[in-house]
This record gives sequence, structure tokens and C-alpha cells, in this order.
Amino acid sequence: MAGRATTRALLLHLAVLAALVVLYWLLPDYHRGVLARVLVLAVFAAGYNIVFGYAGLLSLGHAMFFAAGIYGAGLPVYHLDWGVGAAFATGVGAGALLALVVGMLALRTTGVAFMIVTMMFSQVFYLTTLYFTQWTRGEEGLVLPQAARRLALPGLEIDLSDPASRYFIAVALFSVVLMASFAIVRAPFGRVLVAIRENEERVRMLGYDVFSNKLAAMVISGAFCAAAGAAYAVLFGYIGSTFATIQYSILPLLWVLLGGAGTVLGPLLGTVFMFYVVDITSGYTSAYLLIVGVALIVLVLFFPKGVLGTIRERWLRWLP
Amino acid sequence: MAAVSPLLQTRGLSRSFGGLRAVDSVDFSLDAGEIRAIIGPNGAGKTTFVSLVCGRIAPSAGTILFEGVDVTRLPAHQRVKRGIAYTFQITSIFANLSVFDNVALAAQRRLIDHAERGGSRFSPADLRRGVAEALERVGLADRAEQAAGKLAYGHQRLLEVAMGLALEPRLLILDEPTQGLSDAEIDGFIALVRDIARSATVLLIEHNMPVVMALADRITVMNNGAVLAEGTPAEIRADSAVQHAYLGTPDDD
Ligand SMILES: Nc1ncnc2c1ncn2[C@@H]1O[C@H](COP(=O)(O)OP(=O)(O)OP(=O)(O)O)[C@@H](O)[C@H]1O
Ligand SMILES: [Mg+2]
Repeated sequence: MAGRATTRALLLHLAVLAALVVLYWLLPDYHRGVLARVLVLAVFAAGYNIVFGYAGLLSLGHAMFFAAGIYGAGLPVYHLDWGVGAAFATGVGAGALLALVVGMLALRTTGVAFMIVTMMFSQVFYLTTLYFTQWTRGEEGLVLPQAARRLALPGLEIDLSDPASRYFIAVALFSVVLMASFAIVRAPFGRVLVAIRENEERVRMLGYDVFSNKLAAMVISGAFCAAAGAAYAVLFGYIGSTFATIQYSILPLLWVLLGGAGTVLGPLLGTVFMFYVVDITSGYTSAYLLIVGVALIVLVLFFPKGVLGTIRERWLRWLP
Repeated sequence: MAAVSPLLQTRGLSRSFGGLRAVDSVDFSLDAGEIRAIIGPNGAGKTTFVSLVCGRIAPSAGTILFEGVDVTRLPAHQRVKRGIAYTFQITSIFANLSVFDNVALAAQRRLIDHAERGGSRFSPADLRRGVAEALERVGLADRAEQAAGKLAYGHQRLLEVAMGLALEPRLLILDEPTQGLSDAEIDGFIALVRDIARSATVLLIEHNMPVVMALADRITVMNNGAVLAEGTPAEIRADSAVQHAYLGTPDDD
């Protein structure tokens, strides 16, 4: 029973990853570029999903973790000529550390207060990036020189501005985060997170320290989001404070809601879907945001649990 | 059996809500291995009293000793780790999760604790076995894959008990577990509690007097937040103050 469902779910996720690899040879150039970017953003969404979809914590400040990754990786590359590998690790570490500190404070609140506190922290982060304009160039941002965007491995140097390496690095990062999410939600820890979402007091009375479990979820989430940010910086070569604005806190919420909160593949689906809705409609009309808004309303009305959440409820109970 | 210190002891335990003294300076003592019933009219403070014991709410005054250790300041989750399990009066299961996952949350807690105390790490098979055992004991084994919220009310009560069992507690607090059960289910439940009592101490809040009389070694009667009387079932039956406050007629059913 439980064993077979796990195998089936595992095969499905591996098949999706294989399809992403194969798509490289099937897609025209433009869509390869789009998909590379979307996959990095899907990592951001997957990180948000841990906290929002599984633990049920509605954060409105996750832009700060994405931006912590962007700046944590981008600034050392730009100012200190660091290698891409060390910069990436610094970005991830910065996001995890920030999530630990913010979590310790924000998780004392719940509900609306939690939304506001996370939003305020993120706003402080955004203002900080503006305050240190001499280092960050604020809204205008910094473009990382192409020469710096090289990943030096023993016996091999990868140019991160090359579309093919960019695509496969994005797939690799997404694969790691997808399989990590899969492992987390299948583990006892994931079961506790879902239970916290459903009935916090009952979890406490089963002997769990709810605060520590939420904090652990925040740190993992912060690390994933920062990994997305760090990858974004070194793959696409631009770092700017736009990524710390409230818009980048709302976007992962929308992606996750669309794809299905609390499903492992939902963040990818939501990110792809939203990107193409914006992309296609903006080609036809300047009122594309209106169409995006209508599409969102329709989805929320007919698929309140997101695409995959609805599919799981109706047909595929075994989906993680 | 008087030489050993009691499993659970409270001294002057009190809790007020606004001006209402829901639990008023209760001195209580429970020996290991006992089945103790707490009875009393609605609003007597029974749920509040056991909530103080398990840490679900904080006391206004008084101390709680569990196995001789002062646990008054311990957060609830650490009391559970020490072996105090509480099943809710108002059914409080995870309605959207499967029956299996509900019990697995309790079973994995015990397995994790075992590993932390230096035992071996547990495998998914260990977890499945622990869940199956608990569900077997309450008779829900064939419903493991169902969503808990879809169970009949009586079965949800039994699921609560299974979650308590899977923790393998030293003290299992059952708050009106037979509420909503059919007569046939109640007979099964009495047998189940006798079985549980072989490995745990049971503190049972119950309105159903035949269940209390069938199970309890001793009975504590609460009224207006205080202990009104305590004794064997026979003593409690004979106590005129109890009859007056609670049982109503001298010979209930
Ligand atoms: N959280 C609370 N806030 C305010 N008053 C409360 C609260 N919990 C309980 N009370 C009050 O405390 C008193 C004792 O309630 P309690 O639930 O402990 O009684 P009980 O003996 O369990 O009753 P029942 O048999 O109906 O379950 C009641 O008057 C109740 O209204
Ligand atoms: Mg009660």
C-alpha cells in the first residue's frame, strides 16, 4: 500500500525531470531560454511551498530570501571577484541565516500578524538594499561581467552565459530541490508540517515542539528560495533591488496557489502556467494584466486547491 | 502499594477564567497501574483539571508532580515525551489526513524518542507496524487508508484513542471517550480500556455511570472546581454528598 504509492510517485517525479532534459532538444531557442528562467523561479516557488503549502504559514515576505540569495551570491562576484561556486554557497547560506533570524521573531505570531511581520521584514531588507546604493546600485542594479560568470570545475570550465549550460544548470538545480521536497514531505518531518497546518494544538499534544518544526521549515524554505536567487544572479547576470520588492513576495504565492499548494510538482506547474499566460497575452494586448487577473479568479473559483491539488483530490490520491 | 510515590500528584492546583475558579485548589494523587475515573456535573472543571495536568493550559497556582518530578513549568510537548497522553473531549483529529497518517504522527513520535534515547533508528516498516498495532487494538485496522474526517463519529473517537495508544504513554487521559458510541461499541471499549490498563495508568473522565462502575478502581468526584469526594465505586455510590450533587437519585440506573 504505502510502499507502492511511494514508488509510483517517485517514478512520476523522475519522469518529469527526464522530460525537462529531453525538452531541450524539442524546444525552439526562445522557449529554452524561457524554461531555464522559469525553472529557477520554480525553485523559488518550491521553497515557498514548504512554508505555505505544507506548514500552512502564509508569509508575505519571501522576496527577502530570494533577494538574499541574489545579493549573497552577486555582490561577492561583482565586488570581490569571487568564483561562482563559493558565491552560490554564500547566497544560500545568507538566505538560510536570514530565515533563521526572521523565523525566530516572526513565528511568535500567527495568522494576519505573521503576514504583516514577514512583509515588514522584507520591506526592511528592500530598504537596506537601497540604503547601500553605492554597493548595490539600488533599483538600477548591477550587471555581472560575463567573464566572472564562469563555473570552474576540476578540468572543466562552464560559461554560465551560454544558453545550453544555463538550461542544464537550471534543470539540475530544480531536480535537486524537487527531489529534496519529495523526500521532506514523505519523511516524518513532512507529516508533522502538514499536521501543523491542519491542527496545531493537536500536534503539540502529540509531543511535538511546534515552534521548532516551523522554524526548521522556514530555514529550509529560506535556503531553497536563496538558492533560486543565487542561481538567478549567476545565470542571468543581473542583480537589482526589484527582486526584493513586495511583488516578489506575492509572485511565489500566486505560482503555488495556481499549481497547487502542498503538492510537490505544483510550484513548477504554476510558474510555467503563469509565465506563459503573461507571455502570450502581453503579445496581443497591453491590458494583459487584466487577463492575468481574470485567469487567476477563474482558477481560484474552479480549482480552489490549484491544478494539482484538484487532480489529487479527484483522481490521484497518492500524489505527494 | 503505599510505599512507592504516586505516578501523578497535584498540590493546590488552580485555574481561573476571569472571575470563575474552574479548578480550585485541587490536591490529587494517582498511583501507577490504577484506573481512575473523574466524574462530576457539566462545568465541574474536569476537562480543565486534566488540561492542566497535560499542559494544554497553564495553571494560575499550584504544582504538578509526575513520577515525583515537578512538571508544572514544562511545555506540553515535553510532558507528552515523559509519558502523559491526552485524548480530546471534543474530537480533534486531522480530518483531511488518512487514518494511517493520524496514528503515524503519534507512533513516529514514540519511535523518534526511542532513537534519541540511543535506540536504533526506525524504518518505514517499524512505523507501519506501530500504526497497525494501535489500529488493531481499537478495531480500525481495515480503515487505515480512509480520510479521518470521513469516519463515523464513534470511529473518530476510537481513532483519538488509537493516537493516544500509539504514544505508548505511562498515563493515558481519556476525556469522555464513550460519548457518541453505540452500546455495542461501549462494550468493546470497556474491554479495550482493561487491556490498556495492563501497560498504562488510565485517567478516565466519564459521564456514563455503568462504564465508570465497570472500569474504575477508584473514583474522584468533582464539583465547582473542587474535589467533592474520592473512593472506591462502592464508597462513592454510598456517599450522600455525591448523590446530592451529582447522581441525583440514590440508586442511579
Ligand atoms: N477556555 C475557557 N475560557 C473560559 N471559561 C472556561 C474555559 N474553559 C472552561 N471554562 C469554564 O470553566 C468551567 C469548567 O469547565 P470544564 O470544561 O473544565 O468542565 P467539565 O467538567 O469538563 O464539563 P463537561 O462535563 O461539560 O465537559 C466551566 O464553567 C466552563 O465554562
Ligand atoms: Mg469536559
